[in-house]
Amino acid sequence: MKIQQISVFLENKTGRLADVTRLIASAGVNIRAISIADTADFGILRLIVDKPAEAAEALTKGGFTTRMTDVLAIEIPDQPGSLAKVMEIFKETGVNIEYLYASLEKDCSTAVVIFKVEDIEHSTKIVEEHGLATIDCF
Amino acid sequence: MIWNPQFECQNAVDRQLLQLARLKNLVETLYSRVDFYRRKLDAAGVGPRDLGSLADIAKFPFTVKDDLRDTYPYGLLACTQSEIEEVHMSSGTTGVPVVDAYTRYDVECWEEGMARTLSGAGATRHDTVQNCYGYGLFTGGLGVHYGAKRIGANIIPMSSGNTAKQLMVMRDFGSTILCSTPSYALFMAEEAREAGFDVRSMRLRSGCFGAEPWSENMRKQIEAELGIDAFDIYGLTEITGPGVAFECECKDGMHVNEDLFYPEIIDPESGRPLPDGEKGELVFTTLVKEGTPLLRYRTRDVTIISHGACACGRTTAKIHRLFGRTDDMLIIRGVNVFPSQIEHALIEIEGTDPNYLIVLDRGPAHLDEVELQVEVKKELFTDETRSLETLRDKIESVMKSKLGIQLKIKLVEPKTIERSVGKAKRVVDRRKI
Repeated sequence: MKIQQISVFLENKTGRLADVTRLIASAGVNIRAISIADTADFGILRLIVDKPAEAAEALTKGGFTTRMTDVLAIEIPDQPGSLAKVMEIFKETGVNIEYLYASLEKDCSTAVVIFKVEDIEHSTKIVEEHGLATIDCF
Repeated sequence: MIWNPQFECQNAVDRQLLQLARLKNLVETLYSRVDFYRRKLDAAGVGPRDLGSLADIAKFPFTVKDDLRDTYPYGLLACTQSEIEEVHMSSGTTGVPVVDAYTRYDVECWEEGMARTLSGAGATRHDTVQNCYGYGLFTGGLGVHYGAKRIGANIIPMSSGNTAKQLMVMRDFGSTILCSTPSYALFMAEEAREAGFDVRSMRLRSGCFGAEPWSENMRKQIEAELGIDAFDIYGLTEITGPGVAFECECKDGMHVNEDLFYPEIIDPESGRPLPDGEKGELVFTTLVKEGTPLLRYRTRDVTIISHGACACGRTTAKIHRLFGRTDDMLIIRGVNVFPSQIEHALIEIEGTDPNYLIVLDRGPAHLDEVELQVEVKKELFTDETRSLETLRDKIESVMKSKLGIQLKIKLVEPKTIERSVGKAKRVVDRRKI
C-alpha cells in the first residue's frame, strides 16, 4: 500500500520551519514522520501526517509550495537486521530507492521506514509479494 | 606627463575651430555614406549646411544604443568593409551586440587616446605595464595594449584572471603600471596579503582603473593597499573603448580627448544642452572616426563637465567621476547588464517565471557579487533536490552565455519577490562604492 507524503519547498530563511509547523498545528494535523533534505540555498521538507489533504491545504493557503508524492511506509520489527532484510529484497528485485527516512515508532516493537522509490507500482508489488508489512495511514 | 601638448594644451579658440571643421566633415561623411544617418538627418530637416558654429550641434538628432543594435552588424559603417582593420563588440547586451569597427586610422587614434591616458597616469617608455583587462572583443584589453605600445612601454598582456600568476609576474617583472578594473585591483591586494606578497614594496607605482563605477573611497583604499597612485579612466565601446577621457595627476576629473571626441551634457528629459557645472547626461560625437562614426551618441552616463585650464597644463574639458546612469543598466564586473536581458533569458527557460530580483553586493573580496533570485513555480517543484539543482544550474548556464557573467542563482519560494504596481523593483544594489 502506498502512503501520501507532503513535500514543502523551503528557502533557507530563519523561521520557515516554524511557519510550517504552526500552520499544520492550526489545521489540527499530526505529524508522523518528518525529514528535511537541504542544499546550500534551499531545503525540501517531507512530511507524513495523519490528514494529508488538510495539511496540504493549510500549507498552500499559507503560501507554501507543496507537492504530494506516493511513498512506501514499511513496518518492520524494531530489532537488528530488519532493515537489512528489506534492503536485501530490494536489491534482489531491482527496487531503486531515491531516499528513505524513519518515522516515529508506531508502537514500541516496530519501526516504520518511509521509502521513496523510483517505480512505485513495481515496488508495491514486490513489497506485497514478499509479505512486507506496509501501512497506508497513521 | 603630457603625451601630446599640441592637442591637449591647445588654446580654446584653435580647438573650437578644429572641432567645428571636424564636425562639418563628420556630418558630410554621415550624410553621404550612411543611409541610416541620411534618413535621420532628412527627417530632422538638418544637413551639413546647418553647422555654422559648434552650438548648432544642438539642432542635430541624437543617436541611441538601439540605433546601433537595429543596424547590426554593419549598418552604421561609413567606410568600405575592406577598410576595416579590427572589430570590437560590447560586452553583455540585450542580445544584439553593439559593434565598433576600426579602420587603420581609427586604431591609430585609439592608440593616441590611450597613450595620453597612460601618460596621464605617469607612464613613459621606461615603464612596464601589466594589463589585466580582458583581451578579445572587449575594448579594454587591446585598448590599453595599443596605448602602451604607442608610448613604447614594456607591456605584459596578462588579460584578466589568474591572480596568483598576476602577482608573481608583478613581482618578478617589476611591473610599474597596473591596468585593471578597480574591483580587481582590490581583489589582487587581498590575494597578495593572503599569499604573503608585499605589493607596497614592489615597483608598482600607478594604475589606470575603469570599466566599472567606483568611488573616492575605493581610490583611497587601492592607493593605500597597493602603495600606488590610482587614476580613473573612461571610455565606451560605442565611441572607441578606453581612451575617451582620463585623469591627470590632479585627480579631480577626467580630461576628454576633445580633438577626437566632442562632449556635451544634456538634460536627459528634454535633450537640451546644459552649461558647465550642471549635472546631466553625457553625449559624445566622434570627430575623426572613419569606421563607425557617431553623431551625438547618448551614453546614458550622468556627469558634470567643466572647461578651462587645469593645473596639469592641459586645457581639455574635464568630466566629473560618473554619478550614475539615466537608464537601468548595471555594470557588473565591467560587463554591461540590463535587467531586461535577465527577464528575456528567464522567459526562454521552460517553467520559470520572469519574477526575479537582482541583488548586487561587493563582497569581502571586493569583486561584484550578483545573486539572482528566481521564484520556484509549483510545477517546477518535484520533491527532489536534484531537479531543483538542475534547474538552478540551467539558469546559471543560460545567464552565463547570455550575459557573459556568472550569477549566483538562488531559488526562492513563490510569491516572495515583492510585487509592485507599475515598474517592478528588480535590482537591490548593496555595493558600497
